Amino acid sequence: MLQKKINYYEVIKNGIFKENTIFKLALSLCPSIAVTNNLRNGVLMGSAVLFVQVMVNITISIMRHFIHPRIRLPIFMLVISGWVTVTDMSMAAFAPDAYKQMGLYIQLIVAFASILARAEMFASKNRFIPSMFDGIGMGLGFLFALSLISFFRELLGKGSLWGYEIINAKPLLIFILPAGGFIAVGILMGMFNWIYGKYEKKSS
Amino acid sequence: MSSEFTKVFELIISASLINNFVFTRFLGLCIFFGVSRRMETAVGMSITFTSVMMISSGLSWLIFNYVLVPWDITFLKIIIFIGIVAGFVQASDTIMRKISPVLYHKLGIYLALISTNCIILAVPLINAGEHYSFIESISFAFGSGIGFALALIIMASIRERLELADVPKPFRGTPIAFIVTGLIALAFAGFSGLIKI
Repeated sequence: MLQKKINYYEVIKNGIFKENTIFKLALSLCPSIAVTNNLRNGVLMGSAVLFVQVMVNITISIMRHFIHPRIRLPIFMLVISGWVTVTDMSMAAFAPDAYKQMGLYIQLIVAFASILARAEMFASKNRFIPSMFDGIGMGLGFLFALSLISFFRELLGKGSLWGYEIINAKPLLIFILPAGGFIAVGILMGMFNWIYGKYEKKSS
Repeated sequence: MSSEFTKVFELIISASLINNFVFTRFLGLCIFFGVSRRMETAVGMSITFTSVMMISSGLSWLIFNYVLVPWDITFLKIIIFIGIVAGFVQASDTIMRKISPVLYHKLGIYLALISTNCIILAVPLINAGEHYSFIESISFAFGSGIGFALALIIMASIRERLELADVPKPFRGTPIAFIVTGLIALAFAGFSGLIKI
């Protein structure tokens, strides 16, 4: 098989840097602002997406021989919404306080273009193990982006991290307001592009 | 009757201005940044989006209240709603192509994009969560559509000018659009507290 040669480290690195869902592809942006006003919610949301992405990729790659190409999109949507329902209900059971704040956004993971795109582009063509690693890579990239955004927003807006106080001041209150979310993501995205551009220039 | 009318009016105002989906609930951002590059596409998207959203949220309301609630299977609402949206979009695509090719030629491409928009799924979910009546659901959908259209048109007119601005290279494209959106969102924060629901 050709696919034996896939380098898992590269697959994961690709998901985190080269095709980072938020910073590079600018997809699935809704939760990147909505839930990132504190680090805990950002990490929880990122983990939920990581879980859904991995499970969807695994399910699709196992079933890929049984899915008729014509009806693949509805089937993918069904698989995704099934796993999102699982995540939604477990979140409601195990983390009720966080769920109150971000329940709607968990349910909306269904509409993420990135998950559907990975299922379509990677999992429906590859075997079980590479699809799993692809899911882990994309999910980690998302988790990384959300953690980075929420880290800066909570630190600058509230002076705390994960709910614990770090500095006894609120340096830039705007960052926890909705408007600050857009500005924070814009600045971080620009920085990411800048650093990544330098790295690419060096390696080529 | 008049209090009913007031409620509907308040819902429309609150969904379009105070709780604007783009600026205060952060939904539909992918589409928002994707199609706001040119005025023409922004207007086409807004028209298609508002009409599809009103009809699909009406359908979702009917199915939620007459099928899911009596059978006690409301936990399936995510699957059912995404099914309704995808099915309706596909159906209207086919019908529009047959009945009005001119309109299809103009608005057809936006139809395909709509099913990846979070707002179209969020509105039925919020309707179901808040137990809105049928009329309230439709007016909430209408208000959300208007709000989205407003955001899209404001953004498109700014971005057309932004093309000419001298922006640092890493910030070109989406990053600067984000920062601009942040500033508009700050302006929209001024609407908060206009109506309490």
